[in-house]
Amino acid sequence: MAPRASTTSKKSPQVSPPLGPVGPKAVKDLHERMVRIRLFETEAGKLMEAGKLPGFLHLYVGQEAVAAGVMAALRDDDQITSTHRGHGHAVAKGVGFREMYAELYGRVTGACLGRGGSMHINDLKRGMLGANGIVGAGVPIAVGAAFAARYKGEDSVAVTFFGDGATNIGAWHEGANMAAILGLPVVFVCENNGYAEFTPQSGHMLLTDVADRAAAYGMPSVVVDGMDAVAVHQAATEAVERARRGEGPMMIEAKTYRFFDHQGVKGLRHPYRSDEEVAEWKTRDPIDLIETRALADGTATRAELDDVWQRTRDEIADAIAYAEASPPPDPADLLLNVYSG
Amino acid sequence: MTTTTEAQAVATRKLTYVKAFNEGLAQAMREDENVFVAGEDVAGYGGVFRMFDNLLDEFGPRRMIDTPISEAALVGLGVGAAARGLRPVVDLMFMDFIGVCLDQIVNQAAKMKYMFGGGLSVPLTITTASGAGLGAAAQHSQSLEAWLAHVPGLKVVMPSDAYTAKGLTVSAIRDDNPVVVMLNKVLLGSSGEVPEEIYGIPLGRAHTARQGSDVTVIALGRMVGEALAAAQELAAEGVEIEVIDPRTVQPLDTETMFASVRRTNRVLVVHEAVTFGGLGAEIAAQIQDAVFDYLDAPVLRIGAPFSPVPFSPVLEKAYVPDRARIAQGCRRLLERS
Ligand SMILES: Cc1ncc(C[n+]2csc(CCOP(=O)(O)OP(=O)(O)O)c2C)c(N)n1
Repeated sequence: MAPRASTTSKKSPQVSPPLGPVGPKAVKDLHERMVRIRLFETEAGKLMEAGKLPGFLHLYVGQEAVAAGVMAALRDDDQITSTHRGHGHAVAKGVGFREMYAELYGRVTGACLGRGGSMHINDLKRGMLGANGIVGAGVPIAVGAAFAARYKGEDSVAVTFFGDGATNIGAWHEGANMAAILGLPVVFVCENNGYAEFTPQSGHMLLTDVADRAAAYGMPSVVVDGMDAVAVHQAATEAVERARRGEGPMMIEAKTYRFFDHQGVKGLRHPYRSDEEVAEWKTRDPIDLIETRALADGTATRAELDDVWQRTRDEIADAIAYAEASPPPDPADLLLNVYSG
Repeated sequence: MTTTTEAQAVATRKLTYVKAFNEGLAQAMREDENVFVAGEDVAGYGGVFRMFDNLLDEFGPRRMIDTPISEAALVGLGVGAAARGLRPVVDLMFMDFIGVCLDQIVNQAAKMKYMFGGGLSVPLTITTASGAGLGAAAQHSQSLEAWLAHVPGLKVVMPSDAYTAKGLTVSAIRDDNPVVVMLNKVLLGSSGEVPEEIYGIPLGRAHTARQGSDVTVIALGRMVGEALAAAQELAAEGVEIEVIDPRTVQPLDTETMFASVRRTNRVLVVHEAVTFGGLGAEIAAQIQDAVFDYLDAPVLRIGAPFSPVPFSPVLEKAYVPDRARIAQGCRRLLERS
């Protein structure tokens, strides 16, 4: 089998490629999207640790470059389907902090009116068709959204995010084949963080590159460094424009890593990955990478970057206060939205 | 195969529900070399609910198998292996995930023996965690026993405490049919007296968890504990309720229920699943068929409203039936006549 040309292998490049055709504006945009995700997630983690949030919390920290890189290539009317680890996608797609935190708290002002929680955040205005509690379930839904766009004669595209583990689900394979055979404008984005819950990739598939699965359905694919927002962005831009032109689906595999546990913030019962491994990946923190490069080539000053962090912190403090001040849903409305009409 | 029965087993110490399950499974694996376990993160990690802790150490990777996230293939693996004489235990983590593999359960596992003219059996056990109460939201909190109990060929058990978690699991594994063991997420950490030796609880036999003369409360799974708590509250008011735990919902031991209704003349059925189309409807209908003349009031059902399970703790609490609603239901039944 001939190896696919890939911009990186799983653990390598310590040296990032130059910013290339992506200009300073785009770099700043990617940086801001990543900072927004990072702070949203770390604050949510603190709230969970403080016992303030009910339910589950699958944090996205470490994978920011993927959501930022892809979403920066999309328009508001482009649709995405997300996963159980969906906050990063929502933030990068432009969903507001207020409704997101309110949802984590289960308040009536939340994105799902307090009915959905962390795993179900959506925003129809932003084309965010929802995080999903069922692994792989978002894939065929994105295919359907892409179908609708073409049916209606619109030029919007759909992007479906999924993990390496999710590609073992039947729905993934059926969705991939359906997208390919119908030639739909949908981009498959695999966030390969190396683990499905606590099982390493080598324990659930024999492939090195998940992207090889696309070939089985006649879908082109590319493997990118998922810690490098610019690389992800370039690949996503190509795939999205290709889809928009009516040239069919494509898969991007981004090799990335989650810095926290599968669920929650602490408490690894059985260590399933070594401290060294986590530390090694943290040396390639996607936000550090883009900041270092932006500073080195004069794209941004330290003050400008710090300003992004500070503005975001303020916005988050406001959103958490808003969520905490919001009322819970009224049990009298238990049957709200079960049906339409 | 040892044949210790429930009656012979003596409780000597307390164990949590999840540890009781784990112990029963381990003993069943020791008892029968053909028993193996497959599921997502069951071996190396011990299961996300700690159901399978330490089993890999004892039984090794031949009998404890971590699988990809492929539920249809997982259940199918169990069906095929069972058809060839093994006794697979496959784990579906959250009950909600059966949506992904319902064909293998309903069209394959349940029907194989029948369609093959009886030539083989499918001694498959499917373990899973059901129920609300953890803020796990609509896709991780359902109680879908009515779906499964509706399918001829399947058996369904709902352990209500540590003792039944062990005994029903052992019986499920020993049974020659596909059996779904619905563990309850909220009960996992609760403890109760559990005998050390292996014992099976007969499938299809209900247990009278409390005797009483005024109202029969038939409660499924976690609702048994809530009904017993309601019974205490009512006893203080001079009302004695009888609590029946069917333990197995398919097959369903209606005789024990009918006998109780003949004594109390009033009956309330309570389950966590939505009321509409739930097992309460089946139980109420059967009681009306069989012992209508003994009823002093129509059979009352308590279940969840016809809605997905909400996330917000405030809504989830209002959604799931509890001791207060059960007690209230009993009072209403007593007010009639
Ligand atoms: C159908 C289904 N099976 C199992 C699960 C439980 N589960 C939730 S996340 C997860 C692992 C997903 O791994 P991957 O797709 O690689 O995503 P990651 O968590 O690494 O982001 C599993 C098994 C589920 N939610 N849905």
